[in-house]
Amino acid sequence: MLAVTNLTKTYGDFTAVNNISFEVQKGEIFGFLGPNGAGKTSTINMMIGLARPTAGEILINGIDVTKQTKKAQSIMGIVADESNLYNEMDGFDNLCFCAALYGMEKSEREPKARHLLEEFRLKDAGKRPFKAYSKGMKRKLTIAAALIHSPQILFLDEPTTGIDVESSRQIRKLIVALKEQGTTVFLTTHYIEEAERICNRIAFIANGEIVASGTASELMDSVSHAHIIRFVTSKSAENITAELKNNFKGSKVAVQGDNTLIMESEDRISLLPVMDFLNDKGIDVYEAKELRPSLEDVFVKLTGIESSVLKKDEKKGGRK
Amino acid sequence: MKSLIAFWNILKKDIKNYYLKPPNISWGIIFPLSWSLMQLIRSPGKNILELLPGLIAMSVLFGTTSMLAVTITFERSSRSFERLMLAPISLNVMLLAKIAGTIIFGMFNAFVPIAFASFFIDLKGVNFGIILPAVFMIALSSALMGLLIAVSAKQVFEAQTFSNFFRFPMLFLCGLFIPISDLPVFLRPISYCWPLTYGADILKAAITGVNIFSPILSFCMLLFFSVALFLISRHNINRKWVL
Repeated sequence: MLAVTNLTKTYGDFTAVNNISFEVQKGEIFGFLGPNGAGKTSTINMMIGLARPTAGEILINGIDVTKQTKKAQSIMGIVADESNLYNEMDGFDNLCFCAALYGMEKSEREPKARHLLEEFRLKDAGKRPFKAYSKGMKRKLTIAAALIHSPQILFLDEPTTGIDVESSRQIRKLIVALKEQGTTVFLTTHYIEEAERICNRIAFIANGEIVASGTASELMDSVSHAHIIRFVTSKSAENITAELKNNFKGSKVAVQGDNTLIMESEDRISLLPVMDFLNDKGIDVYEAKELRPSLEDVFVKLTGIESSVLKKDEKKGGRK
Repeated sequence: MKSLIAFWNILKKDIKNYYLKPPNISWGIIFPLSWSLMQLIRSPGKNILELLPGLIAMSVLFGTTSMLAVTITFERSSRSFERLMLAPISLNVMLLAKIAGTIIFGMFNAFVPIAFASFFIDLKGVNFGIILPAVFMIALSSALMGLLIAVSAKQVFEAQTFSNFFRFPMLFLCGLFIPISDLPVFLRPISYCWPLTYGADILKAAITGVNIFSPILSFCMLLFFSVALFLISRHNINRKWVL
């Protein structure tokens, strides 16, 4: 659906996007994750035709965005990082106006606008001016406006930044529903959890380069192949760590605090023998849990950027 | 057909959102009316017909240049202009739709002094067949100047400042208040570089019958300025707004 090849964007001496390539398959949600200044906006602007690539190629459904920008834009839905509809117009008129920009006839656009207002639970607000909407409602109407012409691919720039939890949940549900209806979604976000929860595949971008991409599991596996089990015990296992290592060859053993034992191995660890061993030593096991690196850990490890940087971006309400 | 739907809806939206707002309607009526009254009070013995071309030209000029510059800059700052840039319509169609609203507003402004003058004098001798296209062409060239300003301005106040930077010199050098022949020699070539000079000359021809250039030449010059301003603005938009 979307194929980006060797895409580069420079502004004078500064390279905003450095030779990136990726593909997005039809009907998938592709997450683009990175901190401010990583190159997300430059990339998305090139894909939607608001910026010209310095080098490289962008194909959307086989259409070269740089050469046939308007043709490509006719199959795109675009949601900017700000809710940029017209304040003076009501919700219904905003949707109808956006439909008209895509050449939709009145007989076609009005029923579609009503349908979208209903689907996005904005029916009652349809006749209220956009400026009177809450942030969450504005965001939902902006997404509805991007869908009015039934685009094949939807570009969502920070769709849930700065809005309340309930609206964020609704928007995430809508994005997943869109995917189920066959719409391809390209999503940029600061929220690692959001990307992990709804994206089929994710790309991490830092300093204009894609440092990793894949499914959340693939990304997690890429940084650690080890299996780690954390045992919560009745008392410290400090004195028996050497015996544990001898009995369970190839395992690393570490004790944390008075009642936590961590075992790490390249192979999967069978729980029962460990629990029997500990039991024989007079140590009860209350809890055993496999520890996997979170997507946040993966992001930090691969980009070298502390996740607190992303969180600071979130607090600022995202890029403007 | 799709472009026509988009054109009509952009025009309709602009008229409803900007030009039909009470402050703009009052501006469109009060401003030309104030100019007309001011000129009449200042020159009591002067023939109203002689003042009319200047009043019409000023009303159109002030109604159009800042209006388009301000609306585009305003939409750019709220990022709603991005919607138009990202719509699958050509830049020409989008710009023409934006300009069309301003032209209508400018033409409405132009007819306020005419309506006002009709209470005092007989306008039978006035050639409205020439005035109408002349007002249209002045509105078109002024609106395009507004577009050029909009491309350079980032904030609404900048657009207003830039508009005045063009408007006031143009007003005093276009021959409306001081005949071009009375201007210092070094300023005269500048007079010929303003579209309003030619627009005002057509209005003078239609209202008083006193003009310097042939109306055909003036219309051609206005067309030339309009095409040039449109092409320069489009080039600048492509260069500055599609990075």
